[in-house]
Amino acid sequence: MTIAALNSNPAPAILPGSGGMRGALSDLFWRRPQLLLLLMLLPPVLWLGIVYIGSLFALLAQSFFSIDEFSGLINRQFTLKTYGDLLQASNLDIILRTVTMAALVTLASAIVAFPIAYYAARYARGRWKALFYLGVMLPLWSSYLVKIYAWKLILAKEGILTWLLAKLHLLWVLDAWLALPVVGGNSLSVSFTGTFIVFVYVWLPFMILPVQAALERVPGNLVEASSDLGASPGQTFRNVLFPLALPGIVAGSIFTFSLTLGDYIIPQIIGTSRLFIGQAVYSQQGTAGNIPLAAAFTVVPIVIMGFYLWGAKRMGAFDAL
Amino acid sequence: MTPAVSFQKLSRHFGSVRAVDAVDLDIAPGEFFAMLGPSGSGKTTCLRLIAGFEQPTAGSISIFGERAEGVPPYRRNVNTVFQDYALFPHLNVLDNVAYGLMVKGVGKAERHKAAEEALSLVRLPGYGARRPGQLSGGQRQRVALARALVNQPKVLLLDEPLGALDLKLRENMQEELKSLQKALGITFVFVTHDQGEALSMADRVAVFNDGRIMQIGTPEDIYQRPRTRFVADFVGSSNVLPPDFVQRYSGQHRWGSLRPESIRVGRAASGEGVAARLVSTNYLGATTRLALDADGLKLHAVVPAGTALPEEGEAVVLTFNRESLHLMDEPA
Repeated sequence: MTIAALNSNPAPAILPGSGGMRGALSDLFWRRPQLLLLLMLLPPVLWLGIVYIGSLFALLAQSFFSIDEFSGLINRQFTLKTYGDLLQASNLDIILRTVTMAALVTLASAIVAFPIAYYAARYARGRWKALFYLGVMLPLWSSYLVKIYAWKLILAKEGILTWLLAKLHLLWVLDAWLALPVVGGNSLSVSFTGTFIVFVYVWLPFMILPVQAALERVPGNLVEASSDLGASPGQTFRNVLFPLALPGIVAGSIFTFSLTLGDYIIPQIIGTSRLFIGQAVYSQQGTAGNIPLAAAFTVVPIVIMGFYLWGAKRMGAFDAL
Repeated sequence: MTPAVSFQKLSRHFGSVRAVDAVDLDIAPGEFFAMLGPSGSGKTTCLRLIAGFEQPTAGSISIFGERAEGVPPYRRNVNTVFQDYALFPHLNVLDNVAYGLMVKGVGKAERHKAAEEALSLVRLPGYGARRPGQLSGGQRQRVALARALVNQPKVLLLDEPLGALDLKLRENMQEELKSLQKALGITFVFVTHDQGEALSMADRVAVFNDGRIMQIGTPEDIYQRPRTRFVADFVGSSNVLPPDFVQRYSGQHRWGSLRPESIRVGRAASGEGVAARLVSTNYLGATTRLALDADGLKLHAVVPAGTALPEEGEAVVLTFNRESLHLMDEPA
């Protein structure tokens, strides 16, 4: 095209509308962007507001009803009796056990996830990054139940782990561990240790991804600046990397903590016969038919998560956001 | 005297790319030294080698006489002002400035006092409680400067320190940096691709190209007596004259350079000189820049504003003093 041709455009300065319904709608949405926003938001807001939150509140309302112990019928009158039942020693045990497990799983996930996320954010490029995402996501694509049963076989007394430790002449370590009170048991697959290992395995991706995203946003020159100002690698980690990754760790811990608080399948398949909150909810609303107590148990993780987030905010976990 | 920074045959290769290629360099203590060059010329890598972010592939580097190969950045008493400042977003300004003292274990009261003083030094007193995100570009730059200076470094490294600032601010900062350096007496090494900045601030300038130093000298040396075509062209866009042309005026068959402001432009009828045609004029405020064509040789002249000029396209004659024609070392 010659220079002259570039200056001989016959079109008018303002183009006519493209006409029709679509053209009119495009122009309308351009002039009133709020209208488009409203149209886009309405369905999810209805879904979240009514179907999701609404049904949650309907469930929670049940916790203020009580059950007639003779007839097994639900007495639909406001009472705090069910919460009184919740605070019985045996139920408090369940809550304490679940919260301790959730806290340990979260801590272990954070410790295991950080180096992996750090590698992915700082060093992995191109093909290695794709491999990282694949490696982290792949376990999420297969059935949760299949993975848990696979772990049951791995951790069983006749399983590969026992076999491997025997080959390495390290069976005494496993036996010593299983002889310990609380964490021990007949085999790993029927101990809290086994429950813990499988929880960490299953929720780990939910910790790795947010931590990786947070580390990805930390400019590399902040690490250099810290080092330049005389900070050893350990000091750089404590003073720069960790505080900046903290929102990611907290985001990940919300997943690992709340998912562990609510899960009932893993402790059912791998672990002792002592209950976790999820199992208690399951048995109260199923076998026992005590919907109010099941609902009261459901409130526990919500309240704990509320306090957890409040505490995290007060500690400045979200300051770097 | 022991040089503040000394390179001996220093190289840094990235695979097959020779970012820095057998560079020899001595920077004197208390000097304001500029590393000037286009992007990819190796100047920033040199700075990173001094800071310790890069390790040499070959050769040696000493800082105040002490060998620095294999020494990590946190054990070098050298501080850097980063190009985009690299302030810690989760710390307020005071804690940013006090960071270096904090990691050295200086007590809170003492390091905050020192940080306050450093902030006054860069004319930002009372800004300590703000977050870096609340500051303008110029203020962030000053905080970055205070954060480096509070450690009393033996050498201060500045990586394109003024690159992100607008013109007015840049000119102010140039003067301020220069007077600060004079007052503190610390060796400043700064990297820039802006020849004006290098010439106006530095005591000495090293011009980099392709991982090598083309020329080291005072700003006047570099500007008036470039040794190669690259230096003449890069530093202040001198007219590079081919050997045949130079031979007619100096008798020597060498490449020459002629500053644009040394060329006088007259009307074709006005007498002797190089016949040329005026291609275009660019009004620059204080001066006017003329593009000229002398029988295929493209030249530039800069004349004071207000000079009566021929029309674009007219024939003109160019004159210059013999002594303003500089002969370069580069072989013809």
